[in-house]
Amino acid sequence: MPLDASFVGRSWAPRTYAVGREKVREFARAVGATDPVHTDPDAAQAAGHTDVVAPPTFPVVFTWDATREVVDDPALGLDFTRVVHRDQSFELHRPVVAGDVLTTVVTVDEIRELAGNDVVTFRCDVTDPDGTTVLVSRATLVGRAGE
Amino acid sequence: MSGLPQVAVGDEIPGRTVPITRAGLVRYAGASGDLNPIHWNERTALAVGLPGVIAHGMLTMALAAQYVAEWAGDPTLVRSFSTRFTRPVVVPDDDEGASIELGATVKAVDDDGTVTLAVTATGPDGKGVLGKAVAVLR
Repeated sequence: MPLDASFVGRSWAPRTYAVGREKVREFARAVGATDPVHTDPDAAQAAGHTDVVAPPTFPVVFTWDATREVVDDPALGLDFTRVVHRDQSFELHRPVVAGDVLTTVVTVDEIRELAGNDVVTFRCDVTDPDGTTVLVSRATLVGRAGE
Repeated sequence: MSGLPQVAVGDEIPGRTVPITRAGLVRYAGASGDLNPIHWNERTALAVGLPGVIAHGMLTMALAAQYVAEWAGDPTLVRSFSTRFTRPVVVPDDDEGASIELGATVKAVDDDGTVTLAVTATGPDGKGVLGKAVAVLR
């Protein structure tokens, strides 16, 4: 059953995520990011950052959770167990660093139908407490049609 | 001033082979919070029609971003990264895992020093696992 196109442009309640130093280190280790700016606060400060720097795709840690919550909204009608992650993008306005408190708002950017499958692009606008944009990410998910 | 290496359109960035093991998948699952069992449980992966446990697409993307960041010499020069997940990377239950080949070609160099790279990631069968992967560095 195709998704309701009227969801395009709809946003969900903001979610806040506090970026922790140990989480950044853990993520850096998991993706082989060995630059000490990811793990050593002194090295990060020497490079001009307030604390350890998150690797470029780290924001998925909180944007995926925020998106998952929307996907699970029964009003939208996507079945998460049949969802495939097709595309992902990150546009970083500044590096994410430990100590950041970031707010994510998820918006439905686009809904299309492709060969009977629902194709939905979710945009995450991530801002700091001043409301300044830190990054924008997009995830396109394909809800495979049921058999 | 950009600290990026000097490059011209068409230049190829030296490639790299990166192994992905089951242990690496478990580590990434914990670090990212993506606990979908298709990335660590053979039984679940087979039950949903996959050939076996597959890597998180986001892990492959992260490894490609890391490859680009290391070439740049500074991870904060990576300003954007986008990709399509075109094929799953099946990770066997052995100590070697699956190796992906990463490479990149310079697509554009702007007056302000911004460099756009087309990034490739090839799985063990020689087929691309990321599509339209583009990194912008400045």
